[in-house]
Amino acid sequence: MSLDIHTQQLYQQVILDHNRTPHNFRRLDDFTHHSEGYNPLCGDHIEIFMQVLAEQTIEKISFTGQSCAICKASASMMSVLLQGRATGEAKNKMQLFQKLLQGENMTKDALGKLFVFATIWRYPARVKCAALPWHTMRGALEACSLVSTERGN
Amino acid sequence: MTTTLANIRREFPLLARTVRSKPLAYLDNAATTLAPRAVQERVQSYFSSCTANIHRGVHYLSEEATRQFEATRRKVQKFINAADPAEIVFTSGTTQSINLVAHSFGQQFLQAGDEVIITEMEHHSNIVPWQLVCAAHGCKLKYIPLTTSGALDLDELPQLCTPRTKLLAVVYVSNALGTLNPLPQIIAQAHRCNVRVLVDAAQAVSRLPIDVQQLDCDFLAFSGHKMFAPTGVGVLYGKKELLDVMPPPYTGGGMIAEVTLAKSTFLPSPERFEAGTPNIAGVLGLDTAIDFITSLDRQELQHQEDELLHSATAALQAIEGLRIVGTAEPRLGVVSFVVANVHPHDLGTLLDHEGIAIRTGHHCTQPLMRFFGIPATARASFTIYNTPQEVERLAAAVRKAIRFFT
Repeated sequence: MSLDIHTQQLYQQVILDHNRTPHNFRRLDDFTHHSEGYNPLCGDHIEIFMQVLAEQTIEKISFTGQSCAICKASASMMSVLLQGRATGEAKNKMQLFQKLLQGENMTKDALGKLFVFATIWRYPARVKCAALPWHTMRGALEACSLVSTERGN
Repeated sequence: MTTTLANIRREFPLLARTVRSKPLAYLDNAATTLAPRAVQERVQSYFSSCTANIHRGVHYLSEEATRQFEATRRKVQKFINAADPAEIVFTSGTTQSINLVAHSFGQQFLQAGDEVIITEMEHHSNIVPWQLVCAAHGCKLKYIPLTTSGALDLDELPQLCTPRTKLLAVVYVSNALGTLNPLPQIIAQAHRCNVRVLVDAAQAVSRLPIDVQQLDCDFLAFSGHKMFAPTGVGVLYGKKELLDVMPPPYTGGGMIAEVTLAKSTFLPSPERFEAGTPNIAGVLGLDTAIDFITSLDRQELQHQEDELLHSATAALQAIEGLRIVGTAEPRLGVVSFVVANVHPHDLGTLLDHEGIAIRTGHHCTQPLMRFFGIPATARASFTIYNTPQEVERLAAAVRKAIRFFT
């Protein structure tokens, strides 16, 4: 099948794989933190569940919802990356990921497999899709129950 | 002008461009239509040969601009068969037209305990203004429900209309589904209960000849940019007896009879509703867009557009895993669909990479999406310049996208 160069660049194989068979795509029954993320522009809607232990370690993290491949793959890969990490570290990774989405240069190992999102700044309409799970994760850690990609009331 | 597709397409220079190295297939006409060359030239002519403010100066250019502006008002009047040019108010678009009525009709006619009826099919621009105005005046907002095929369940309407109901606002053609609503039936029922009716004709105006006197609607709103005119210009039609007693929602220059330090009095409609300098170039563009539409054989074009919609619906329906959202008949110009395991947003991106422009998302109809239990749809919308080849490309690209994601 002949694929457009843009399609190949945006939907890299690892993103397609995570979209087809996402990791941690379930509801956690024993969560301590939870938030809903919503992108009113495209209808992406996800929920993040986390079990955070007393010493601020993310013991478990999962997600559910209806979203596009970019958002779903980002959530899946984020959950793999953050599992077992300290909450402070999760916020640091988020800052790094945001820089990656803005097209900033960084070393490949800073975010592991999430480096595949390094080309997404070329598709401005899709940056929010990749960012949504991360904003929602931070919302959960900060006890914010609803996160939207669009500011407003 | 002959209405052959090739001739029509030649009038739209943008159709010749490529997108991502592929010929553009513009199937997002429900969002905005392209402007023909004549409309572009007319807008340009305002700046190149007749820039002036209207209704102000005694100088030559001002009189010329005013003459052209007011000639457009009469052209719109004729286009929708209004009884009086004073019933034509220029606005920035459908959204402003509806907000104007919500605010101004609300102030004049709505009291605590009154009711407004809208439908679950409406665009947000015909929901949110009514929610706010009902909250402001202590009124109840009621909704005509939907059937599973995406039509209005009008069996409910007689019970919804009560002696406290003052206004019903309804979309003529659904922007998300393409459903054509039976307005004569709805308006007759509403009028039997002394309920005024506002029609959102944004999607209808390029697709159907509109006769406001025959429809007997009390208000009708539409936008220029969905009928081959520029963005930022629209129309509110209102019956004169209503407009003349409605207060101005905005005030300022161009709408006053007299201003003293103590108080101000206002001009009648339409000036009363057109405070400030309007989008003169846009209005002139609308004038030429009406000329363009009326020069065409509309019946023949309607037939072509229906054929295109039917072939698109059939081609899409034949794709495994694809579901058409909104199957009520008749539909005009719009087909909305979802594909199992492919989010509309991803579909839209892959189609874009094939040079095909469609809309994906909730189409500013979140209650409607919620009714169907989906977050979003992909929507292809057609108009007079679309071709059977574009329909084939659409179906082929959707198949390709499904293969890609599964």
